[in-house]
Amino acid sequence: MLKFIAKRLLSGAITIWFIATATFFAMHAVPGDPLTQEKAMSPAVRAQLEARYGLDKPLIEQYQLFLGNMLQGDFGISFTQENRKVNDIISKHFPISAILGLAAVLIALVGGVAAGTVAAYYRNRWPDRLVMIGVIAAISVPGFVIAGLAQLIIVAMNNAAGKTLLPVAGWGSVNHIWVPALVLGLGTMAYLSRIMRASMLEVLNADFNTAAKAKGVHGLRLFWHHQLRNAVLPVVTELGPTIAGVTTGGFVVELIFAIPGLGRYFVQAVQQLDYTVIMGTTVFYGAFLVLVVVLVDISYGLIDPRIRLHGGGGR
Amino acid sequence: MAMSVFRFARRTWASADLEQIAPVPLPKMATPAVVLSSLVVVALLLFVSIGPLVWGQDPSQQWLSQISAGPSGPHSVRLIRDNGPWQPPVSEPPQSLVVHDANTEFVRLQWPQIEGVRRYRIYRASAHKAGLGLAIAETDKAYYQDQLQLSYQIYRYTIADADSGLLLLAREVRPEAAISLFEAQLQGLVPVGKSGRQAKWLEMPGHPLGTDALGRDILARLMAGGRTSLFVGVVAPLLYISFGCIFGAIAGLAGGWVDQVAMRFVDFVVALPFLLFMILFRVAFGIGPGENGIMPLIVAMLMLSWPGSARLIRGQVLALRGQAFVEAAKLAGVSTSRVILRHMLPNVLPMILVAFSFAIPQAIFTEAFLSFIGMGVSPPTTSWGALCNDGIKTLLSHPRQLLLPALFISVSVLAFNLLGDALRDATDRRAGVAKA
Repeated sequence: MLKFIAKRLLSGAITIWFIATATFFAMHAVPGDPLTQEKAMSPAVRAQLEARYGLDKPLIEQYQLFLGNMLQGDFGISFTQENRKVNDIISKHFPISAILGLAAVLIALVGGVAAGTVAAYYRNRWPDRLVMIGVIAAISVPGFVIAGLAQLIIVAMNNAAGKTLLPVAGWGSVNHIWVPALVLGLGTMAYLSRIMRASMLEVLNADFNTAAKAKGVHGLRLFWHHQLRNAVLPVVTELGPTIAGVTTGGFVVELIFAIPGLGRYFVQAVQQLDYTVIMGTTVFYGAFLVLVVVLVDISYGLIDPRIRLHGGGGR
Repeated sequence: MAMSVFRFARRTWASADLEQIAPVPLPKMATPAVVLSSLVVVALLLFVSIGPLVWGQDPSQQWLSQISAGPSGPHSVRLIRDNGPWQPPVSEPPQSLVVHDANTEFVRLQWPQIEGVRRYRIYRASAHKAGLGLAIAETDKAYYQDQLQLSYQIYRYTIADADSGLLLLAREVRPEAAISLFEAQLQGLVPVGKSGRQAKWLEMPGHPLGTDALGRDILARLMAGGRTSLFVGVVAPLLYISFGCIFGAIAGLAGGWVDQVAMRFVDFVVALPFLLFMILFRVAFGIGPGENGIMPLIVAMLMLSWPGSARLIRGQVLALRGQAFVEAAKLAGVSTSRVILRHMLPNVLPMILVAFSFAIPQAIFTEAFLSFIGMGVSPPTTSWGALCNDGIKTLLSHPRQLLLPALFISVSVLAFNLLGDALRDATDRRAGVAKA
């Protein structure tokens, strides 16, 4: 077990190093730099700023400096947001993205498993049809459109009620979370319910299910111990990339609902070529992704005791 | 986002039970959903290819008098030659508030001089709104020409005493649709230079879907945007799936260390943060003035999206290499190129087709997403995603401007997804067995 985790973490570290290196050089290959702005800068000021941020050194030296600092967990100061440390930006804004993402994953997981199970139980009857139509709709409509529609509906609802039932945008209270999380989780929910339906169908036709029924197991116990636990495995496998994708990919939802998450700073930084923020968020996201995938692999072993985590196990 | 692009790679393909091909009947392809979605795809292609020729409106043409207007049919508008300063004809002063002329270029008002009033203040409001509305002018004369952003609706004018604020006269006015000679010439509706004998009325095309926030015809923009979206949606997958297939096939056929190195490289490309590199590539390739930004978009998608199909094809090639019929062909002395082309290619081709058909909606989505966050095509070139980006700004007042392009994206993605599903079912023999 420990060996497995160590091995996964090591390969994760190599992946992060690769991502960091590729990003570093790709970023510097882009014409222009964060000091290039609309306002012209006198050469003296520019030289001073370059010296301050270390941009006057050769690229390879900058890279070594960056790697050294990264190993100590220091990503430097933002170029465009005066005197803000990259670490501060991440620690202030990532929790917001994470809360939103986790809420979205929870909604997607519960909704997806429930919808998939219902669809499988009522195969080819109207509940199944209904779920599958919903799935197709959720997959075919872009997230930003769903977000816009959700806002329209909230506005109409608030107007009808004459007071603010749910806030249209912003962040700060529990009520701010529901709608963006639902919008963010909808695509994932559709995807998961599709997987859940297929896997539940397989379980319902499996020999052990018939055997359990023949033994007289019924009701909740049959569902909980024999069917759900087996059927949910493929969903759990998908969960790792899903959590990472939703937590880090909520950028559009954050933009439309005016939520101050990390995704917004990330895209902003890329557009402004804010070197330090780009590197910080990229490495952070990479590490987060690797961690989540490892955690999911471990939880996979907990749910399914048949899987022993050997060195080369997992996906 | 990043995950979804590679989703098809994780689908479980029926491992090639190739000996069983013949006895298993293929599932019926022409289900109602398939027929319908094929028709939708054809209709969309006609819409973006023939549509602009039939419709004939320039998608970048602004109609300043019709910003965010609702749907309208073709109508005739008055051609206004002279909209300079105006004085009422010298004759009997009117008894009350008189409208000399009212159109969307100007509204000419005259009223009787009222004893004791030094200055008049003129208010204008939309007729369906309560209140005086906007104070548009103050004058010491008993006439006024209003030329302030008139649109095609009913106005209520109120004349008041500017000093005491006392309301004197009021009247509702409906200006008729009009266009100035200058704007008509600008839009090519009237030839420049021959100002002598134009008709008094001009036939204007309608806007069946209304106009956007800059007064451009939405239908024409949907057609132009669809061209970009569908072009990127088909060409980008075509390129990256071809590249991925060649890469995967070489890795699978070569085997050994070549395979190992190639697959590690694939792993690394998969690990790259999709959005970041998409944007970085877009910035790196740059968009000069006058470029539309479609090429950088396709190149960026090509460089980031190929690993999925490379993995898929490599796995298939490896599986096929161990198959008895390939071994047999080799033993029989068939040349390597012939084994690849005649024995292996036909067996991976269906899978490539399925991957391609699922990649189209993904690419349409990716393009829409990037254009939506402003990292896609650059104006004046537009796409459905870019139209959504424009539309979300006026969402609360004019939802139509977001919903229409969104509808087109959704319908095309849905149609391509259904086609892909059908194609997969048809090629997935094991699924065919299970259903039969």
